[in-house]
Amino acid sequence: MADRLLVGTHKGLFRIKRVDEGRWEIERSWFLGDPVSTVLAVPGTGHIHAALDLGHFGVKMQHSRDGGDNWNEAPVPAYPDKPDGLEDKDPFRGLEIPWSTQKIWSLAAGMPGELWCGVIPGGLFRSTDGGESWALMRALWDDPRRRQWMGGGYDFAGIHSILVDPRDPAHVTVGVSVGGVWTTIDSGAHWELIGEGLRSAYMPPDQAADPLTQDPHRIVHCPASPDRLWMQHHNGIFVSDDGGRHWRELHDVLPSGFGFAVAAHPADPDTAWFVPAQKDEQRIPVDGRLVVTRTRNGGERFEILATGLPQAHAYDLVYRHALAVDEQGERLAFGSTTGSLWVSEDQGDAWQAISHHLPPVLCVQFQQSTSD
Amino acid sequence: MPTLSFTSNLTRHTPCPDAAFEAATVAQLFDLYFSQWPDVRGYVLDDQGAVRNHVIVMVDGRGLHDRRRLSDALESESEVFVIQALSGG
Repeated sequence: MADRLLVGTHKGLFRIKRVDEGRWEIERSWFLGDPVSTVLAVPGTGHIHAALDLGHFGVKMQHSRDGGDNWNEAPVPAYPDKPDGLEDKDPFRGLEIPWSTQKIWSLAAGMPGELWCGVIPGGLFRSTDGGESWALMRALWDDPRRRQWMGGGYDFAGIHSILVDPRDPAHVTVGVSVGGVWTTIDSGAHWELIGEGLRSAYMPPDQAADPLTQDPHRIVHCPASPDRLWMQHHNGIFVSDDGGRHWRELHDVLPSGFGFAVAAHPADPDTAWFVPAQKDEQRIPVDGRLVVTRTRNGGERFEILATGLPQAHAYDLVYRHALAVDEQGERLAFGSTTGSLWVSEDQGDAWQAISHHLPPVLCVQFQQSTSD
Repeated sequence: MPTLSFTSNLTRHTPCPDAAFEAATVAQLFDLYFSQWPDVRGYVLDDQGAVRNHVIVMVDGRGLHDRRRLSDALESESEVFVIQALSGG
């Protein structure tokens, strides 16, 4: 099981180490002061990729080949030249969409040496040399429907979820906020918009079922059963049994169906975890009680897990990349916007606080030991 | 008669019932609406009368073209929706 945890925050990257049964401590830090928008520890290797957001000075990539002992600045996914005279504007707000990477929002590993990277404003990039070079997936970017995407929490749309099918790494499915679910079966040469059954409550009624208007906050799959997808959507929780082509909404999830983060059990397709917030307009835990919800039966029923979590005046929000499960499905961790971090060693039955005074947590990932 | 509807999220802050008015442009429709519900104006338009940055106005399923002067023409059965741009969070 993973004994180390990488935590990307608004002011640096931290590694948390399990020092004894039930005891985890902050082991070390990197990039102190700099926002770390996403981090990827490539399974089975010592490679870690970390995306920094330097504000005035743009986004940067850092790459370690030795588990974090040494880092080097690596190439950033960059857009090609925008054709002269091309009008590329947000459809509803009229803002000119920049052909420039503004935020690196997601990273995923595919075949050996293959990396995928999703960014704001809506580009998907692929590397076949471990991040030494990147290519914009033009077929997706040039699809005319891409120009209908909208920003979700940011001025422009972004790709936050990248699911590489373990059975066939040429099959990749991405989640766009706000632009729905897209899939390719040929490593990005062609793309299909999928997502029947999704519902957007924030659109006029006649557009609510349009797959293009959907705002998935986060999509994950069960690695052992990759047709099972879980989605925390802007207005609810959805589950798919066919790789995202069709979805069914899970109604009446208590204490709330709103949130950002979801984690899928690596082996059991019927088990998933969520961290709910009250609702879109009030992004705080319901009644100030921070809880995790867990289903073990495909969403028929949810358990509310609160042991070890604050149950009064807690205002922690958990971002979409800030909940993680390890490769065995036993250990979980999540971090919050108010700088708290919790770990569970029993699938969420009980939680222990690691810190309450980290910077705002942006992303969490277990770092599998290379000897596992 | 053109109709005007608002996202339910706005009702948390101020009453904004659906309404219909005889209006030839979005600007006229808004003026008539705000004459009855003046508190809504500041939630939808900025100090200069332009649509707020993170507000979307949809006219018959399409985004409002003129977000500054609201000059888009309306048909007799036009449906205008004011919704939140999710870019706003």
